[in-house]
Amino acid sequence: MAEYAILIYAHDSAHAPDATPEDLEQCDQHADELTDSGTMVAAYALTPRDMATSIRGDAITDGPFVESKEVVAGFYVIEAPDLDAALAIARRDPAVASGGGVEVRPVHSSFVRSAAEAAG
Amino acid sequence: MNHAAAVRAAVADTHRREWARVLAATVRVARDLDLAEECVQEAYASALRSWAEAGIPANPAAWLTATAKRRAVDAIRREATARSRLPLLVITADAPDESAGDEPPDPDDPGGAIPDERLRLIFTCCHPALAQEAQMALTLRLVCGVPAPDIARAFLVSDATMAARITRAKKKIATARIPYRVPRTAELPERLGGVLAVIYLLFTTGHTAMSGAALVRAQLVDRAMHLARMLRELIPDDTEVAGLYALLLVTDARRPARTDSDGQLVRLADQDRSRWDLAALAEAHDIIVGCLRAAAPGRYALQAAIASLYAEAPCYEQTDWPQIVALYDRLLQVWPSPVVALNRAVPLAMVRGPAAALADVERLERDARLSRYHYLPAIKAELLSRLGRDADAAAAYRQAFDLAANEAERAFLAGQIHAHTFPR
Repeated sequence: MAEYAILIYAHDSAHAPDATPEDLEQCDQHADELTDSGTMVAAYALTPRDMATSIRGDAITDGPFVESKEVVAGFYVIEAPDLDAALAIARRDPAVASGGGVEVRPVHSSFVRSAAEAAG
Repeated sequence: MNHAAAVRAAVADTHRREWARVLAATVRVARDLDLAEECVQEAYASALRSWAEAGIPANPAAWLTATAKRRAVDAIRREATARSRLPLLVITADAPDESAGDEPPDPDDPGGAIPDERLRLIFTCCHPALAQEAQMALTLRLVCGVPAPDIARAFLVSDATMAARITRAKKKIATARIPYRVPRTAELPERLGGVLAVIYLLFTTGHTAMSGAALVRAQLVDRAMHLARMLRELIPDDTEVAGLYALLLVTDARRPARTDSDGQLVRLADQDRSRWDLAALAEAHDIIVGCLRAAAPGRYALQAAIASLYAEAPCYEQTDWPQIVALYDRLLQVWPSPVVALNRAVPLAMVRGPAAALADVERLERDARLSRYHYLPAIKAELLSRLGRDADAAAAYRQAFDLAANEAERAFLAGQIHAHTFPR
């Protein structure tokens, strides 16, 4: 088994600070499917592009690192035996069918504080 | 032929015909593409020495496979040198026959009930996670055994660039864990499409002769034909596999007449048909008839049918134009490409006249995907010429000339510009 990071690219993240359950319904449904499948290792939904801050050299700027149509809306790490299996999981992300997409990259190494500690 | 020469010939012949079989079998044991490649190279080298002393074996491929596999096993056991730190290949049972498990292929029945090892190799080299130019290079190197410097020359890049391209591809296969196997039934049509596309691209790259690399490019055509033939042996019932093979046969059959003695391009209408390879055309014809009878002939079978119809006519003027237009209509259904729509305009002009075809071409001009495609203004120019609009034709030929990259084609187009600029 190997770990793969799946980065979600979308016009923007649906997880705004004031998002309603209706706004997040599609994402939540997909998240539940992934959790139930047992392949998910970790997942992080990021806030929208307006909340981003970037640093390049000495300069701090407002907004995403690259000005483009899509931003990274979130990412998750899954476990899969090979790339074909990882791709089969990744292509079911709702972003793929709605004008965005995903990037799949093998994880080299990782560290995650235990869930109990992380929840604070 | 003296013994030494006979040995060299036997090794060269086995290299040309059995490289894929030997390498694929060795990959299974080595579980590493680099190691497998090394062991197979060494086996071929040792064959030159060993066969000179002990005679050429009855089954050269089996001898080479056994030798290469032995070397791989020894290398893994020794772990003497710092081998690649990349993960081992993910090798699992082939999907269609999962009950067969991970059995080693029976050497006496290599193509038996278990899918041929060569298929795993081909599908892995043509995996969609690899860039297409990497798929092409890897297929030539691992499936055909073409030395990397020769591949570099064929694609007009430096040896270092090609070596890096191949290394990067192998690294990705190992690190991203692209599985070394034949795809599952559900994925098979799409993945097979990728393999066919690579073979076709190798063929067309070689077929478009470019000055200074003519011989190398002819070798590309040979390798593509070899791959198409191999694929047909491995997957005998697929109409697209058969269709691709037939398409290559027909296209290559016309190669002797494509250029004249000065290396100038000769259009299909003006080609000396007596120089075409009639045996190849006949072989293709039989295959195509079989494909068209199948339930849903795909794009390669239909392209082959079109090419074959052009070739069957006793002369260009007597080509079965309505039938070709009908085939293009079917092709557009399975492959709605603007290039196909453009190519349809040529036979359409013969059936409904140049004005009708011109209307189609002018519509296609608005498709952004064709904006840098030099065949569009070239075909438009041809139609304008037939309508007697010489000045407009010259302008369109000029557009085509500016976009074309191939020397032979540019020379032809320059001639057309001249012919339509000066009053006849």
